[in-house]
Amino acid sequence: MLQQIEGSRAIACGIALCRPEVVCAYPITPQTHIVEALSEMVRTGELENCEYINVESEFAALSVAIGASSAGARSYTATASQGLLYMAEAVYNAGGLGLPIVMTIGNRAIGAPINIWNDHSDSMALRDAGWIQLYAETNQEALDLHIQAFKLAEALSCPVMVCVDGFILTHAYEQIEIPEAGKVDAFLPPFDPVQVLDCMDPVSIGAMVGPEAFMEVRYLQHYKQLRALEMIPEIAKEFSEQFGRDSGGLARPYRIADAETVVVALGSVNGTVKDVVDEMREEGHLIGSLCVVSFRPFPLMEVRACLENSRRVVVLEKSFSVGLGGPLSDGVRKSLSGIALRGYTVIAGLGGRAITKKSLKGIFAKAEMDELELLNFLDLDHEIVARQIMRERETRRSGPIAENLLKSIGTVASRIA
Amino acid sequence: MFQVRIHGRGGQGVVTGAEMLALAAFLEGRYSQAFPSFGSERMGAPVVAFCRISDQEIRLREPVTMPDALLIQDPTLLHQVDLFSGLSKSGFILINSGKSPDELGLSGLPYPEDHLLAFPATEIALKHIGRPLPNSSLLGGFCALTGEIGIDSLKEAIGRRFSGKTAKDNMAAAEASFTIVGESMHAATD
Amino acid sequence: MSLQPVKFYQTGTFTVGNRLLDESLRTVQANMQRTNSLNSGHRACQGCGEALGARYAIDAAMRATKNRVIATNATGCLEVFSTPYPETSWQIPWMHSVFGNAASVATGIAAALKVKKKSDVRVIAQGGDGGTTDIGFACLSGMFERNDDVLYLCYDNEAYMNTGVQRSSATPPGARTATTPAVGIHPGNAFGTGKNLPLIAMAHQIPYVATASVANLHDLEAKVEKAMGICGARYIHIYVPCPLGWGSSPSDTIKVARLAVETGLFPLFEAEHGEIVSRIPIRNKVPVEEYLKLQKRFAHLFGEDRSAIAMIQEIADRNIRKFGLEEA
Ligand SMILES: Cc1ncc(C[n+]2csc(CCOP(=O)(O)OP(=O)(O)O)c2C)c(N)n1
Ligand code: SF4
Ligand SMILES: [Mg+2]
Repeated sequence: MLQQIEGSRAIACGIALCRPEVVCAYPITPQTHIVEALSEMVRTGELENCEYINVESEFAALSVAIGASSAGARSYTATASQGLLYMAEAVYNAGGLGLPIVMTIGNRAIGAPINIWNDHSDSMALRDAGWIQLYAETNQEALDLHIQAFKLAEALSCPVMVCVDGFILTHAYEQIEIPEAGKVDAFLPPFDPVQVLDCMDPVSIGAMVGPEAFMEVRYLQHYKQLRALEMIPEIAKEFSEQFGRDSGGLARPYRIADAETVVVALGSVNGTVKDVVDEMREEGHLIGSLCVVSFRPFPLMEVRACLENSRRVVVLEKSFSVGLGGPLSDGVRKSLSGIALRGYTVIAGLGGRAITKKSLKGIFAKAEMDELELLNFLDLDHEIVARQIMRERETRRSGPIAENLLKSIGTVASRIA
Repeated sequence: MFQVRIHGRGGQGVVTGAEMLALAAFLEGRYSQAFPSFGSERMGAPVVAFCRISDQEIRLREPVTMPDALLIQDPTLLHQVDLFSGLSKSGFILINSGKSPDELGLSGLPYPEDHLLAFPATEIALKHIGRPLPNSSLLGGFCALTGEIGIDSLKEAIGRRFSGKTAKDNMAAAEASFTIVGESMHAATD
Repeated sequence: MSLQPVKFYQTGTFTVGNRLLDESLRTVQANMQRTNSLNSGHRACQGCGEALGARYAIDAAMRATKNRVIATNATGCLEVFSTPYPETSWQIPWMHSVFGNAASVATGIAAALKVKKKSDVRVIAQGGDGGTTDIGFACLSGMFERNDDVLYLCYDNEAYMNTGVQRSSATPPGARTATTPAVGIHPGNAFGTGKNLPLIAMAHQIPYVATASVANLHDLEAKVEKAMGICGARYIHIYVPCPLGWGSSPSDTIKVARLAVETGLFPLFEAEHGEIVSRIPIRNKVPVEEYLKLQKRFAHLFGEDRSAIAMIQEIADRNIRKFGLEEA
């Protein structure tokens, strides 16, 4: 049914339709509305046969999911930002064990300085943990990806993170089609675990693996991701047949056929980018965009196919590898091995800085003239940064960066006289 | 696309207001998007929520920086926050206040006179709902001032958002405000 | 002295700050010379018990140490509302790291002060109930067990308020939160769950453990002052109502806190090395209804079936027996 509904609630409805058997959660903005809605559905009986557990930390949340999944229950949790980092050890563990847990990330920046707003630093920090990572462009896709995620996770026995832009999607109230339960049941068969703790057939899970086999285990983890490259489009196709709309897949091009400049991005910013592409096209610019949905596995061949006929690529990144650039750019660059075209990285929207059409248009126009640096920062206040750098050169002042910036803003830190 | 920005204080329900507006547009078969300004503000702090209404699918995800209409739930914000930032020259402004725009010190604003209106939304809320929650009143006034949303769709949206007596009272407040704002607009143009 | 001197806005009467009392009997808060460690202008809700509790406690600690206090703060309402960048309400050296590590960061500061031979500077760690009883529990227990020279202050508002009122292990039975909604057959937080952190702290045999309430200002200040006179790990659990999360009137914060004590739901006591050494007896015992009915988080308990209220009364009565709160 088509509903006007908050993104988080729609995601919760999608999760509930997947009939999870264990849901565990620890609150963190902006993920809270998803798990609050689920707790209510379990209470009212709308979501039957499900244990909802309020745990004491994110580390416990994912650990509970690990236990539940190993005992054969379809398991779900959600987190963001500090919470994802706090569970990091368990994230790698679930990846290494190959447990088909689905976890929503309400993407948010990481501190210090503490910041509750959206960027992709959190999921990017855990990109190499052996999880599949899918990034939703819209709330409709966020809901749909969760249904696809359970299918993919269980078919491969591999955990999946569905990354949803915090606030921008989680707190947006818009129209979303909530699928029918019967159709979801037909699409997603009951969980049939590959490994399960069972008294009738005892297995040991989690033994120490030495140098003799560790490399092979890691390779086989990689192999699952290679398999996912094949399965993600298959599942998306099946989904589209069942539900009558396109969601998911590896990557989605937009107006790239004759594009000289292609913008590559993850997540919700693709909506704004498309609007900019349309406007610039009206003005005669040959520009298009590419929305990467699957970041792990990274679809090297698909990205290459979309970019190889262009003259330049602008990678718009909502996360920042301090000291280097952006993680999406790394993948894009790899996909273009042997092809000579100009590549620019634009770091944008960190800590929730609004990414506006106006700024994007400006930077894309500059890209077309090849006036960009390799690494660019959208709407960075260069003046304030320059003043701070100057001060640091003149006086050695240790301490946190944010607090030092106060001097530029003209505020004096408190002290006891 | 029609873009609305609602200014209020934490606890006054700006987000609910934006959502009800979006819901009303949805009920008219249009596309809409409501979202908060994403702060970590507590009760009483200045807050903002946004709403976009369009006949096409809305892909844009930037905050509303160039609104077509402003709803101001709390007149004490007038001189604290840069409320009018980005408002289009033909934009609408609806202020919750018993004072006239002149008395509020807003006479010099460069907007069409019949687009700027103040009316006592809180008083109307107190009369119909019994609590100082100006949301539904302001939205009723919005329907009259801009004609962007029909009052019946708004009432249906209120009915979906609330239930029982609360719904009825809020509908009454919206209807009364719709009438009052409609009348004062005619008075202004007569 | 503070940067901004304290102002009393109500003048022309002696009621403000117990100024009818003898000087030596007045609270730290009544003193115009108090440090006002958590200055006005912060962003807490009206009637926030946590804002009061923190100022009371830190001001008292400042007086006890001649203004030589460094504090750490777990993530939570107190941290967020006191430091909206680029402003801060703190007039003491203060640091926030992450949610779960306030106790360990404090241990680190204490260790550094020791190496630097600044024995006069004392360290306080602060956190909400979630940051203390849940996610910060391992770090806290470690700090206790090593008997590090830190005073830990837990501001207990019985849920994760900063993220929008979710259940913590300090949420009382029956209470409605965003993750224990008042729907279904057992509405609100489940009975038989939760932990009592003061008792767990006592089990570490640390030199000093106390409970305090924003409604008992003299007692709260005395306990903080006493704690500052002791070396080693110390813990004070302060009861701080949250009008937003509890659905109580901002003007009832102190009343609600007082009723929690007078019903027996929040016993006030002190313990040294794991042994209870003092308690505040209840003068006029109040039935729990009086406390519950002021808060919307308990509204669903007042339906036809009142059995949950009876169960909460049992908890209060058990506390009174267990801690010997009945006035002899
Ligand atoms: C690792 C981690 N998980 C979750 C959060 C989100 N978070 C920040 S504050 C908070 C609630 C704090 O509750 P409490 O400690 O009780 O303090 P209160 O806000 O109630 O005073 C939560 C869940 C976080 N910052 N870091
Ligand atoms: S939510 Fe509660 S604890 Fe937080 S500032 Fe408001 S009253 Fe204080
Ligand atoms: Mg709390």
